[in-house]
Amino acid sequence: MAHSIAGFGHPLEVRYRRLPGAARETLRWLGWIGLALALYTLLLLVYGRDPLLAYSDILSSTLGSTFGISEVLVKMVPLVLCGLAVAIPARVGLVNVGGEGQLFIGALTATWGALTFASLPAWTLLPLVAVLGFLGGAAWAGVCGILRARNWLNEVFSTMLFNYLAILVVSYLVFGPWRDPTSANYPQSRLFPAAAWLPTLGDTRVTVLLFVAIIGVALLSFVLSSTRWGLEIRALGGNPEAARRNGIAITRYLIVLMIVGGGLAGLAGMGEVAGLHHRLNPAVSSSYGYTGFLVSWLAGHRPVLIPVMAFVLAVLASGGDILQITQGLPYAAVTVLMALILFVVLAARARGARTA
Amino acid sequence: MSEPLLSLRHVTKRFPGVLANDRVDFDAFGAEVHALLGENGAGKSTLMKLAYGYYPMDQGEIWMDGAQVQIHSPADARRFGMGMVFQGFTLIPAFSVAENIALYLTALPAIPDARAIAEEIDAQGRRFGLVVSPQRVAGTLAAGEQQKVEILKLLMAGARVLIFDEPTSVLPPHEIQHLFEVFARLKEAGFAIIFITHKLREVLECADRITVMRRGTVTGTIAGAGATEDLLLQMMFGGAVAEEHAARPPVAADQQAPVLSLENASSGGFGLRLKDIDLELQAGEIVGVAGVSGNGQRELGDLVLGLLPCVSGRKKLFGADATHWGVARVRQAGVAFVPENPIYMAVAPGMTLAENFAVASPRSYQTAGGLGIDWGRVRTDMSSAYRALALEPPDANMRAGTLSGGNLQRFSLARELGRSPRVVVAVYPTRGLESRTTAHAQGLLLSARAAGAAVLLISQDLNEVFSLSDRIVVLRSGRFVGEARPDQTTPLEVGRLMTGGD
Repeated sequence: MAHSIAGFGHPLEVRYRRLPGAARETLRWLGWIGLALALYTLLLLVYGRDPLLAYSDILSSTLGSTFGISEVLVKMVPLVLCGLAVAIPARVGLVNVGGEGQLFIGALTATWGALTFASLPAWTLLPLVAVLGFLGGAAWAGVCGILRARNWLNEVFSTMLFNYLAILVVSYLVFGPWRDPTSANYPQSRLFPAAAWLPTLGDTRVTVLLFVAIIGVALLSFVLSSTRWGLEIRALGGNPEAARRNGIAITRYLIVLMIVGGGLAGLAGMGEVAGLHHRLNPAVSSSYGYTGFLVSWLAGHRPVLIPVMAFVLAVLASGGDILQITQGLPYAAVTVLMALILFVVLAARARGARTA
Repeated sequence: MSEPLLSLRHVTKRFPGVLANDRVDFDAFGAEVHALLGENGAGKSTLMKLAYGYYPMDQGEIWMDGAQVQIHSPADARRFGMGMVFQGFTLIPAFSVAENIALYLTALPAIPDARAIAEEIDAQGRRFGLVVSPQRVAGTLAAGEQQKVEILKLLMAGARVLIFDEPTSVLPPHEIQHLFEVFARLKEAGFAIIFITHKLREVLECADRITVMRRGTVTGTIAGAGATEDLLLQMMFGGAVAEEHAARPPVAADQQAPVLSLENASSGGFGLRLKDIDLELQAGEIVGVAGVSGNGQRELGDLVLGLLPCVSGRKKLFGADATHWGVARVRQAGVAFVPENPIYMAVAPGMTLAENFAVASPRSYQTAGGLGIDWGRVRTDMSSAYRALALEPPDANMRAGTLSGGNLQRFSLARELGRSPRVVVAVYPTRGLESRTTAHAQGLLLSARAAGAAVLLISQDLNEVFSLSDRIVVLRSGRFVGEARPDQTTPLEVGRLMTGGD
């Protein structure tokens, strides 16, 4: 029984050390990102592109204008939410690789709400759509949480497989029953009523979800650091065997934290359909769920660092769009850069765990 | 005894914050059992792991057969004829004994001659009293048998210096005797045996020479023949000799309702299941549960604590039916839990002592319905818990992972016993602790008893069970197979019940 909570490292095998300050940590990770950029530079050189020009294109197009910054924020909001979706379960040792699927299901349930209750006024419809988006992602992840808590199926497998399932379900709906009859050429749902459009800030595409994300970060930081639940969560993440013997309700936390995480990813999906596309289509996510995984790992699963890392990756993602135009590079080129960052980060973690 | 087989010169090793070995000299000759004695953290395992190339040494020389050698890895050490049996065994459970041994042999041909290896295992096994069937699957072997395989591995790989790191900690009493017989046969054949331990009795029983270490240095090397327990204690602790426990008043004669009772209880869950356990604990008594590890001891503790479901029968706490209570409720009702190895079973190493203290009863420290925690009260409670046990409270901001094993067990005892529990479940509470900490922990269990708590003491150490318990029960294969008062039985008799002999 002592080993029934599979998936956690043996506490004795993990070397613990004093965690350095958040600022030091951030600098260290930025250094690792620098290494990934250096590798990417080599790659660009091999392809005969000018790396300096590429990087300056990325920076000037994103941070060089108000519009550029606003577009970075548009990508940053779902990345923050999807980062939290990974970070929150990670605090008790769960690996949620299903942010993408949870986002898709959140977009799906939000779309259902927006189209079904289309006649409601905005002040009831918008909260309803938001809640439905959250619940969709929450339920999708909650199933994986229950499977894990009962020791039936490891969450790594279930959340990953659920990604494919979610994307296929959405595709089925927009190609089939939910297809907008007026846009015969595109697999997409009908347009949302205006009452279900998330308000934007000024004439940018940034929605009010930005504030929700910020509040979410602050709230979760507070819960983790100051409350009884945070104490229990940290104890559970720090040593599940001891936590079990101290009477902490492990099963409940495994399920609840998966639900909260999945709900946040679902909220990101809601933001995409209600804030940007105003309809459901198979391209609702720009891989935010997967990139959110990277965000969380870069941030060491600490809520306060997640906006920072989400910002960095949002700059890269926006820059990727620009590179297609200025350098004639496919968008996959920037995906390669993100993959490089992920490798470097994982290597750095492994190294940290060994040398600590 | 001309030239030592293995000779260590001025070995120094520094770990962050500790000088684990400080210019240590050590000689092991052929045809001797050389005990390396010391309390936990004295540096004995470190010294041998340096010799074996497991850690790099900061300074020092290794000589074998009169020639200096460079050892940078266990592979080097093996080439020079050194072998080490670690505390945790290294067999691959799915492989047979022969396969496990073959895997370790350096000069293994591409197509190993399975029959030759099996014959060699049999021959060596008969010669040294290490008989294990080569066909057995390693995962099905008991601890003692696994140890035999580990030794056979070293012998067949040509080792002449055999290092044993706390080899008796995994063995039941009669197998310890057998191990010493194996030592004797190996000695006859000329091997050098280095026996790392902190158990005085075992050292006196089997060692030709004894080297005592204390805080990273050697206090002395003496002949086994002239050694006495007092002398060794003197060398280990420099004067502070552990005292015998004072005589205790008998358990209260007026039999009240038991505070804890198991009625015909059987446990569920994976692994070994307890069957038809009947047990009653009165306030102010210690019931010792004797048994060989793996016969349901941990399960018994978990069953009382509510970690394992009670699938039939009943469990009562303080008169109430507690059969289906969860851990939190059991603990809240006044049950304390003192586990072995607190860094694994009691604390989160990355959290501070204050946080670890609060985690044992988080609800009682919460403010605003859980939104906050009254850290001031946690700190004062923690200090008073330490003081109640006559201990100096440590800095509450220290991370639990930075404490030594002994200090961590003191923390665990303070946290659990400091809140005046009515039932204490102690599962191997002194396993792995050095003598002084052990004596102190045992003293604390006795004071809990004096304060009216009922103590369920689960231990493999018969001395501990006999010296602390008012009653002894014996657990074997998940069942109680005997019960007696310590003055009406003998360790030999209990040992026989434990191991199933008649």
